[in-house]
Amino acid sequence: MSLLSYDFVVRALVAALCTGLAAPAVGTYLVQRRLALMGDGVGHIAVTGVALGLLTGASPTLTAVVVAVIGAVVIEAIRASGRTSGDVALALLFYGGIAGGVLITGLAGQSAAKLNSYLFGSITTVSTTDVVVTMGLAAVVVVVGVGLAPQLFTVAQDEDFARVAGLDVRRYHLLISVLAAVTVTVAMRTVGLLLVSALMVVPVATSQQVTRAFRTTLFAAMTLGMLASVSGVVVSAYVDVAPGATIVLIALAGFAAAYPVGVLLRRRQRMARPFAEPVTADEHTVVPEEHGHEHSHTCGHLAVPHGDHVDYVHDGHRHAVHGGHYDEH
Amino acid sequence: MSTDRPSVVSVTDGAVELGGRPVLRGIDLSVQSGEGVAVLGANGSGKSTLVKTMLGLVPTVRGTVRLFGDELARFHDWQRIGFVPQRAGASSGVPASVREVVASGRLSRRRPFRPAGSRDRAAVDDALDAVGLLAKARDGVSTLSGGQQQRVLIARALAGSPELLVLDEPTAGVDLPSQQALADALIAFVTRGGTVVLVAHELGPLAPLVGRAVVMRDGRVAYDGPPIDAFTDLDLAHTDGHHHHGLERPHRDHTPVVGAPLDREDTR
Repeated sequence: MSLLSYDFVVRALVAALCTGLAAPAVGTYLVQRRLALMGDGVGHIAVTGVALGLLTGASPTLTAVVVAVIGAVVIEAIRASGRTSGDVALALLFYGGIAGGVLITGLAGQSAAKLNSYLFGSITTVSTTDVVVTMGLAAVVVVVGVGLAPQLFTVAQDEDFARVAGLDVRRYHLLISVLAAVTVTVAMRTVGLLLVSALMVVPVATSQQVTRAFRTTLFAAMTLGMLASVSGVVVSAYVDVAPGATIVLIALAGFAAAYPVGVLLRRRQRMARPFAEPVTADEHTVVPEEHGHEHSHTCGHLAVPHGDHVDYVHDGHRHAVHGGHYDEH
Repeated sequence: MSTDRPSVVSVTDGAVELGGRPVLRGIDLSVQSGEGVAVLGANGSGKSTLVKTMLGLVPTVRGTVRLFGDELARFHDWQRIGFVPQRAGASSGVPASVREVVASGRLSRRRPFRPAGSRDRAAVDDALDAVGLLAKARDGVSTLSGGQQQRVLIARALAGSPELLVLDEPTAGVDLPSQQALADALIAFVTRGGTVVLVAHELGPLAPLVGRAVVMRDGRVAYDGPPIDAFTDLDLAHTDGHHHHGLERPHRDHTPVVGAPLDREDTR
């Protein structure tokens, strides 16, 4: 236990634990909404926030939270407006964020190394205040992510249904966006802005290889995220490697291990499934179009004898009278 | 229409535009408690938009929509309504069990941050039982067939113990055994006094619960009346006294076909 006698190691472990729990708690909903890369986008935008902090002398964590939340709300607004160019608009936002961050850092006279500690994390330098702030923000994220799980699940799964169930869909989408922004800032010191998204998405991808229920997926992802984060810090304490990158690589190794299991489970599931249920027995195809008259030898449509009845060629189809309607023949 | 009690859903002079294009025009429709209404019509006739308008999912540009007597903006009793949207399946980006999806149906009756109570669980069990999927409650929805997934969505709507069920194409692409299972669940719902509004291409096994057909055509209500007439009575379909091109023909239909016998543009 010699490792724990160093205060900075303890702080790093606590910060990693909080990040590992919080990131997948939000990431699960992002993956469910097929917005897995949203965390990445918010991370890019937060770079500008960090740089603004460096420029103005304010706490970079604070400015990063503010800018990330604004960015997340804008992303949500673009997504909700449902325009086809939505993904291009997002790309513009992301690149603007990272370019603005680099530019402003230069203006602030800060070295690239300073910005690097935010881009890739510098968990060993977190202060006690940082740890307290991280714990508080992570607690909010986890309480909301788990406490509102039924609502957030429903909204992410089926918007129209959620609306008719009386849920304020827009507010819940906004909530997830803000939680994602907060999580990005929480994870900024641990894995860094560029790798935040990995901690939000990879544990979810890993756990859903073997789970079949949403709640299980959520809790398994949080556990995996926590394990990856803590073990990443421990490994980097013994071997001289970057903790942020180590955490992400351990999480990816978990996915690589779970994937074959998932393939096996899915195959077994397919084998166990009974043969396809019989499709709707449709012994005839009804012509869906209108017939203003009854086909007969006087109507002008080409008559084609067909077994015991006569088909009429009509709009490029052969139609046969069947009761009161026409069938496609 | 009786006016002694408020209708379950009513649309008065409703018009809807999507992207500047008129989609619904001059809609006057009112559904009474206990009715089984089928909204029929060809693709693009506006039948799906009509039910979405009834639920406030699509805004009107003119007219008023009332649910249980209240104007949409003032309506908050969402637990009285169960909705089955038109969609490909019940699965999403993350695995979910059948029970979890059906439990969503209780949210209109649950408060945030409160865990589900025993009544919620019992209602979910009942809804799963009604569609014949209780045995699959713990399975992942993505492992079910398309028809079974549709039954899951119906169970989700039933779980909230609604008074009105609105279903958008519940039988589209659904295998026959599942169609029968859903029809049974809906018939049981109507028998207990529930109101059903459903969009359909073909009624099939749903026919017994439909007491009224609303046929949409080009964004207008082209026919509103007993379903049997919509399919069999040519004269009724031609009450506005014009014929398109041709001969009167005896019209005896044995299956509810939508479209063919209806040449009327407007009933108003």
